[in-house]
Amino acid sequence: MKYLSKKLLDLIPTLLGISLISFFLIRLIPGDPVLNLIGERGADPVRYLEMKKSLGLDLPIIEQFWIYLKNILRGDLGTSVISNNSVWSEFAERFPATVELGMISLFFSILIGIPLGIFAAIKRNSFFDYFLMSSSLIGYSMPIFWWGLILILFFSVKLGLTPVSGRIDFIYDIPTFTGFYLIDTLRPEVITAEGFAPFISALRHLILPSIALGTIPLAVIARMTRSSMLEVLGEDYMRTAKAKGMSKKRIIFIHALRNALVPIITTIALLFGSIITGAILTETIFSWPGIGKWIVASITARDYPVIQGGVLIISFIIVMTNILVDIIYYFLNPKMRN
Amino acid sequence: MKIFIKELFFELKKNKGSMIGIVIIIISCLVAILAPIIAPHDPTNVYTEYLRLPPSFVTGGNPQFFFGTDDLGRDLLSRLIYGSQVSLSVGFAVVLISLVIGTFLGVIAGYFGGFIDKTIMRITDLIMSLPSILFAIVIVAIMGPGITNAIVAVSIVAVPNFVRIIRAQVMAEKNRQYVHAARLFGAGHFRIMFIEILPNCMAPLIVQATLGFSDGILNCAALGFLGLGAQAPMSEWGTMLSDARSYIESSPWMVTLPGVCILVIVLSFNLLGDGLRDALDPRLKKQN
Repeated sequence: MKYLSKKLLDLIPTLLGISLISFFLIRLIPGDPVLNLIGERGADPVRYLEMKKSLGLDLPIIEQFWIYLKNILRGDLGTSVISNNSVWSEFAERFPATVELGMISLFFSILIGIPLGIFAAIKRNSFFDYFLMSSSLIGYSMPIFWWGLILILFFSVKLGLTPVSGRIDFIYDIPTFTGFYLIDTLRPEVITAEGFAPFISALRHLILPSIALGTIPLAVIARMTRSSMLEVLGEDYMRTAKAKGMSKKRIIFIHALRNALVPIITTIALLFGSIITGAILTETIFSWPGIGKWIVASITARDYPVIQGGVLIISFIIVMTNILVDIIYYFLNPKMRN
Repeated sequence: MKIFIKELFFELKKNKGSMIGIVIIIISCLVAILAPIIAPHDPTNVYTEYLRLPPSFVTGGNPQFFFGTDDLGRDLLSRLIYGSQVSLSVGFAVVLISLVIGTFLGVIAGYFGGFIDKTIMRITDLIMSLPSILFAIVIVAIMGPGITNAIVAVSIVAVPNFVRIIRAQVMAEKNRQYVHAARLFGAGHFRIMFIEILPNCMAPLIVQATLGFSDGILNCAALGFLGLGAQAPMSEWGTMLSDARSYIESSPWMVTLPGVCILVIVLSFNLLGDGLRDALDPRLKKQN
């Protein structure tokens, strides 16, 4: 427990640091922050002073940071300059799309990656092993912004199998309930009105982006599973299990896999960050209306409150997932407990 | 040192993957250096009568333009060749900057420990808690888009990797006998840190530097793709891809080729990095 409370205490400076980065984000941009917000055309002096005051920029910097922190804790992350909506509501509207895409990608990369890794470890130095390891290195080196385009080129343009962009066909107007289209399209009133067509449409839209986003996690998971399994299979107790006459299946799936899973789970957890990075690129390619596309669009539009708020929320989520992983790890690995 | 390199090369030769990596890297370096000689056209020269011409080996191609032309009528092959100059120098710059800063901070953190160590590690943890591309985007958003700013951003993102590796290594080395001996001889902190300890931390540093190349190239290309890196008319592969996106249906070669180049160069550095790690770290080698 001491370990966990120390981890939680460690959170405080990290979160402070993140808010400090996002606080200084607006203030470090060359030029006058007020003019940056109003736009390059400028404003009359009265409105300028009003704006400066409403942003609190006339106060000393320490006080500004204090106010900023208080606002964050109140859930007030500012207002988008472009849409005039609150940053928080813009985020909440788009977040489910990214989670849905990320979860599906991660789910399939785990589902495929772990068995492939186990198989490669068992059939070590076989053709399959070499093939898998080479393709996983290619997957790992893949520029996914290009990979997404190639998938579009092949499956959408050449074969006409999948849609090119968006989350669902425009003809369907799905009432938002959870924000996950795979769930929302299966609600009874949607099914009575439209049948399963919206669900299939949502599913078809998910295929290519989740392949693009899942490629690097898949490669990493397969490689990690292989090396983790190899390490465990070389241990003495594996020989003991074999000597006891245990079946090969039991040795691999019960004894080896369980011990090999700890580093694999850590690896999967560390992939959350790379999934967010990937989402920024994947969503841009497939016009997926999630937070990645939102951030990139806000940078192009110089919508600084959105960049500021978005960076804050995303890093907050990542720090929190890392803590969550530490906690899971703690319960999985008995060695950590004493 | 000579023996070290000889031994390293001996180990590397046994690893097919890393030999492929080395060969590709050498070829790309040659292409980059010889670009003005081997490129058939000026990469910025616009041939208005040949817009989006397919590669010469496809019907409708023109033997004058081997890989065809882009939307402005520039020779794609020449742009790809010059693109290798940009990518390799970007990779080199990123590794150099992050290596120097990261090594310096890592050595200091590992050697002195205590408050200095805590502060440095806190900051690196902070940078690492942000997804690399997001952090780079933030930096570029502050400083404005452009290849130089992209390099700076990607380098800052890469620094923590070096800090962590060097710090761990220095902490393991600093209590060794030769360090005590050097101290008894009256060597100062600076001498002990950088002349006595640092040379013994080279192995992981070389591996990380090689892998840093591929990360640097990939991240800079990603920024270019998002419109935040190299700007037109520079022939950078990521930027070329983003320009080509609108023509994916009519001119697929414009999309395919720059990506293949990025993939091949990133892959070759990863192959070499993996090989180096196996060669330099005997503990890992046993497992694989």
